[in-house]
Amino acid sequence: MADTITLDVARYRPGDDSEPTFQSYEVPYREDWVVLDALNYVKDQLDGSLTYRWSCRMGVCGSCGMMVDGTPTLTCAVPLSDYVPGPIRIEPLQFFPVVRDLVVDISDFLPKLQKVQPWIIRDEEKPIADGEHLQTPAQLESYKQFSMCINCMLCYSACPVVGLEPDFIGPAAIALAQRYNLDSRDQGAAGRMEVLDEHEGMWGCTFVGECTEVCPKNVDPAGAIQLYKAASATNWFKSILLPRGSK
Amino acid sequence: MNDQAHDSASRPTMYRRPMPLGWWLQNGAYFRFVVRELTSVFVGFFAVLSILQVRALGQGSEGYARFVERLDTPAFIVLNSVALVAVLYHAITWFNLTPTIVVIRIGEKRVPGWAIASAHYVGCAVLSGVVAWILLGN
Repeated sequence: MADTITLDVARYRPGDDSEPTFQSYEVPYREDWVVLDALNYVKDQLDGSLTYRWSCRMGVCGSCGMMVDGTPTLTCAVPLSDYVPGPIRIEPLQFFPVVRDLVVDISDFLPKLQKVQPWIIRDEEKPIADGEHLQTPAQLESYKQFSMCINCMLCYSACPVVGLEPDFIGPAAIALAQRYNLDSRDQGAAGRMEVLDEHEGMWGCTFVGECTEVCPKNVDPAGAIQLYKAASATNWFKSILLPRGSK
Repeated sequence: MNDQAHDSASRPTMYRRPMPLGWWLQNGAYFRFVVRELTSVFVGFFAVLSILQVRALGQGSEGYARFVERLDTPAFIVLNSVALVAVLYHAITWFNLTPTIVVIRIGEKRVPGWAIASAHYVGCAVLSGVVAWILLGN
């Protein structure tokens, strides 16, 4: 087994570079390292100017997503040993503007997320004195999978529709909308459907399915979107067949 | 996207990589997806061919014989063979995606994906068998 492994890292210095270039770094190979550990070695020992985001190192904060060998990857969650013998190509998440080196700008995502109202909506709030809204384990189970999203943006970076149509609201936002729709405490599904039942919403999805493949939390955004489409189509058929009873 | 104006005012320009024309050649998954979408053209071709076949049937036995004769040429045989492969690819890839689309719960348990995909294959086999029995058995 080699003692070292090579990282080919995309560098972009705004103001100096017109487009990213690659820089190679040789780092020690350790079996217990993840890709992020190797980047941290570069930053600490070889080149302090390398810029990237990371925080928790345990797959919770969702900030260390990058393209590793062409695939959107949470760098704290993949061992270096998956890429032996290397070299490992590390680039910023695709389909996002690059701020510097491996840091991308996700400010387009935030209004999209807000648009789907990812919080519990009640027609009427009940008084605090009436206690909490209780849920059975089965009710929790119905949305739990979609609630695991950490907004790491890997699904946006895996989705060619995001690259082709920047207005597409995108996988994570739709999955989060579904998370609240399926929550027994929520009553905002109709409002969310209005936002998502359009081309930039769920119908922009062509079901490539890669969002689900790259998701580090098994959220299955592709599944959420297809369920949404089925619900919308069912509503449409109902409105045709039962024009009075549908509303 | 008003952040471009924001960029130039407060910080240096961000790099926006243009979407390459060959994006769908970038990895196997994108390529298989685009092939799946393109094969829908052949699904349409078979649908049109079936409509023309019904029309030919309506023109009596002579008209139908002319239609069959036209199909029995090398060009049509090659075209139909390619279309058959494309439609099979289309059907198989969609059948394999059905577990993502169809969520059925029995009690509190979700029916496993393999069972939903298998049901589609079995349904397709049964229907094909019925069609084959009508065409060949009588």
